Amino acid sequence: MSEKKPERREFLFTATYAVGAVGVGAVVWPLIDQMNPDASVKALASTEVDVSSVQPGKTITVLWRGKPVFIKRRTPDEVAEARAVKMEDLKDPQKDEDRAKDPEWLVMLGVCTHLGCVPLNDKGDYNGWFCPCHGSHYDISGRIRKGPAPTNMEVPKYEFVNTNTIKIG
Amino acid sequence: MSDHEYVPSSKFGKWFNDRLPLLSLASHLTDYPTPKNLNYWWTFGGILTFCLITQIVTGLTLAMHYIAHADMAFESVEHIMRDVNYGWLIRYIHANGASMFFLAVYIHIFRSLFYGSYKSPREIIWIIGIIIYLLMMAAAFMGYVLPWGQMSFWGATVITNLFSAIPLVGEGIVNWLWGGYSVDNPTLTRFFTLHYLIPFLILGLVVLHIWALHVPGNNNPVGIDVKKPSKDTVPFHPYIVIKDAFALLMFMIVFAFFVFYSPNILGHADNYIEANPMVTPAHIVPEWYLLPFYAILRSVPDKLMGVVAMLSAILILAALPWLDTSKIRSAVFRPLYKQFYWILVVDVLVLGYVGAMPAEGLYLLIARVATAYYFIHFLIILPILGFKEKTIPLPLSITEPVLGGMPIASAVKKKESLN
Repeated sequence: MSEKKPERREFLFTATYAVGAVGVGAVVWPLIDQMNPDASVKALASTEVDVSSVQPGKTITVLWRGKPVFIKRRTPDEVAEARAVKMEDLKDPQKDEDRAKDPEWLVMLGVCTHLGCVPLNDKGDYNGWFCPCHGSHYDISGRIRKGPAPTNMEVPKYEFVNTNTIKIG
Repeated sequence: MSDHEYVPSSKFGKWFNDRLPLLSLASHLTDYPTPKNLNYWWTFGGILTFCLITQIVTGLTLAMHYIAHADMAFESVEHIMRDVNYGWLIRYIHANGASMFFLAVYIHIFRSLFYGSYKSPREIIWIIGIIIYLLMMAAAFMGYVLPWGQMSFWGATVITNLFSAIPLVGEGIVNWLWGGYSVDNPTLTRFFTLHYLIPFLILGLVVLHIWALHVPGNNNPVGIDVKKPSKDTVPFHPYIVIKDAFALLMFMIVFAFFVFYSPNILGHADNYIEANPMVTPAHIVPEWYLLPFYAILRSVPDKLMGVVAMLSAILILAALPWLDTSKIRSAVFRPLYKQFYWILVVDVLVLGYVGAMPAEGLYLLIARVATAYYFIHFLIILPILGFKEKTIPLPLSITEPVLGGMPIASAVKKKESLN
């Protein structure tokens, strides 16, 4: 009996700690997870945009999930320029063909990959976009060329519903 | 410590004090022996307490009128400014109060750096202070978001995006902070909640800061240990109280100047434009008190390393008691450290200046040099200086330098006869 008692106590301690840890986790997780994007935010997952009025060479900006999305109708010259860039000149190498489903239409998040500002159209050293916050330059394919941003502007999931409508998300 | 056994004079006082020794605490605070050579740089602790209370009182009253909703926040702030009785006054005190708070805290920190107040046995006071400083920055940043102007929105976007630099989990963390895929209403409501909470956390830490201070007692301009109580000390009340009160009045004149004569000079005009997620202002700058760190962030061309450098610049301060290897506290007796101290002051001011300028050309070069020097000061100069520096001999007591090393009793007499 005298040898068995401490073992039973240790078991009780361990069991109490284990149940306690699970209990704390079960209480803390909902308190943390409540801060994640909620159902109503997630429900606004896709947007349809009518692009029939966009002229060649022009860019429109639409809001998707609270973020601006650039839709640029590129001229053949601009497409040629985007495709002529050598991969070794790129910080985040990516072919223009992989960024635009239809070469005429460039669809991407208008969010600088540095710290989230909205880059300005037709500005910068590479004939594309320039972020005024910390000086990142993007080319006509939205690829990072110069400045602190680590990656190219992100291309969201999108599809052409018909020739005049793009569905983002 | 002067903790002589305190006995309340009244019978009720004794009865109460035996059950809850509040009167003993009050007695400790009034009799607390303080080095008699404390100069005006030591009055900023009291000034900071005043700032904290001002922010809490004005903040509580503003919260009675403010609406934390993305569609209404901007308008409710204008409503406070135009319709609420004295709303303009309370808001201008609160907004400028944040700047005054940081002005005072920077003086307080640099006083500590000059006189070596962070050194043994005061490391814990110092580290609690650094935590308070971090919380102040968090509170100020989130408070700046609440008016939901352009600078609010884009400042929040840029700062929260700093977390996206973390590999793998960065984006998840940023979405969690935002409660969505961009800064939006869920972000605003949680920032309001936290902005409301943090001052009370700071208040609790201030109590610990003062408690930890009262264990070894104040450092002083000479930086040597004083016997307490002795001829080197005076009771906190009335000597230090009246000195603190005078300094506080001077400080309040500066405060009032900003509130009444140039309430918007420290703010940014773009914040009177309502937040627009489609357009980033041409030139985003944080409030002046965050500029040196902003300059450090921008001086590093790599995103992750920029964030790391910025955070390190703050956290390195917590390690200061161990980075500074010199046993001599006060810079008065450290001729070389004194020079490096002033170079650091200039370095931080330069960082603040380039932080407000566009990150390009010469500004960027200056920011990089100043950033490098900031780290060199703490990581290389301070550790080496403790071993290499020839210090000036310390006086035996804080009375000695005042009296030119003469025998104390006769010197006091001589001084009195001169008066």
